[in-house]
Amino acid sequence: MMADAIQIQVNGEQRGCQAGATVGDLLRELAIKTERVAVELNLEILDRKDFDHRSLKQGDRVEVMSFIGGGAPANVHGRGRGVVHAE
Amino acid sequence: MQNDRLIIAGREFTSRLFVGTGKYKDFAETKKAIEASGADVVTVAVRRVNITDRSKENLLDYLDPKKYTILPNTAGCYNVEDAVRYARLARAAGVSDLIKLEVLGDERTLFPDTVGLLEAARILVKEGFIVLPYTNDDPIVAQKLVDIGCPAVMPLAAPIGSGLGIRNPYNLKIIMEMIKVPIIVDAGVGTASDAALAMELGADAVLMNTAIAGAQDPIAMAEAMKYAVQAGRLAYKAGRIPRKSYATASSPIEGML
Repeated sequence: MMADAIQIQVNGEQRGCQAGATVGDLLRELAIKTERVAVELNLEILDRKDFDHRSLKQGDRVEVMSFIGGGAPANVHGRGRGVVHAE
Repeated sequence: MQNDRLIIAGREFTSRLFVGTGKYKDFAETKKAIEASGADVVTVAVRRVNITDRSKENLLDYLDPKKYTILPNTAGCYNVEDAVRYARLARAAGVSDLIKLEVLGDERTLFPDTVGLLEAARILVKEGFIVLPYTNDDPIVAQKLVDIGCPAVMPLAAPIGSGLGIRNPYNLKIIMEMIKVPIIVDAGVGTASDAALAMELGADAVLMNTAIAGAQDPIAMAEAMKYAVQAGRLAYKAGRIPRKSYATASSPIEGML
């Protein structure tokens, strides 16, 4: 591991990231377009315009959320269908 | 029917059928079914983006937010804290202040936890959300939701996905008579006659997902639901005849031999 790398958690999964990287950098690295997603950093929902100003630090927990097919909650517990991929 | 628009929180809708987007085979089928239903309002859920497999498509690539009113829900939330968190995430994801608020009480019935619902609604209305609450067929709770500031109330017909149809038409009728905001019957519809009945009782709209998505031919069922909602609405406005126990002849006696 590089000296300037930190560990963060994104959508429940551990991953490495450059120290000093911003939320915006992370989304670009994951190829996630910022429109249509909501980002929560350590339970704080971020304003989209702050993505490039909020830097990540060791142990941060990031949630990247978007819309999937839904209406009846039953499908939500189901596996397979319904995982969305914000582009 | 042209001038018979549904207005909720200043937003005008042509169709009185709202549809969910879950349980379809793929996005292409979702899109076709929604087009066949003629719905203006479509519900979506908020979930984690899959960050490991980025190859899949996005639902909103198939549903143009300029064409449809996207109504995010808090489906799957079993407490106030989660429901409020999901509502805030939905708003941050950037569609609008609209939220279909669900606070569920139990996994087997998916019945609403109306105590939690009232509390979550109070918080979200204060934060400027347009809260459309999924509730029980309980007129008192419906009134409390209106008092909190919900611009419409969405009582269930039967448990979500059950297809049982309208289990308590008398309660729904009381809600429709008592409550001065639009009533959207949500959940439990099985087939077209259920949707028509909801509208004949005086519902302002009907929301469904499974009845269409789970049908053998979802696109045909979507179209059937479109007509059922229109027919039910027309019948309600036309005013049905009273029920009587005995016959009343339709043909005149005069002129008979």
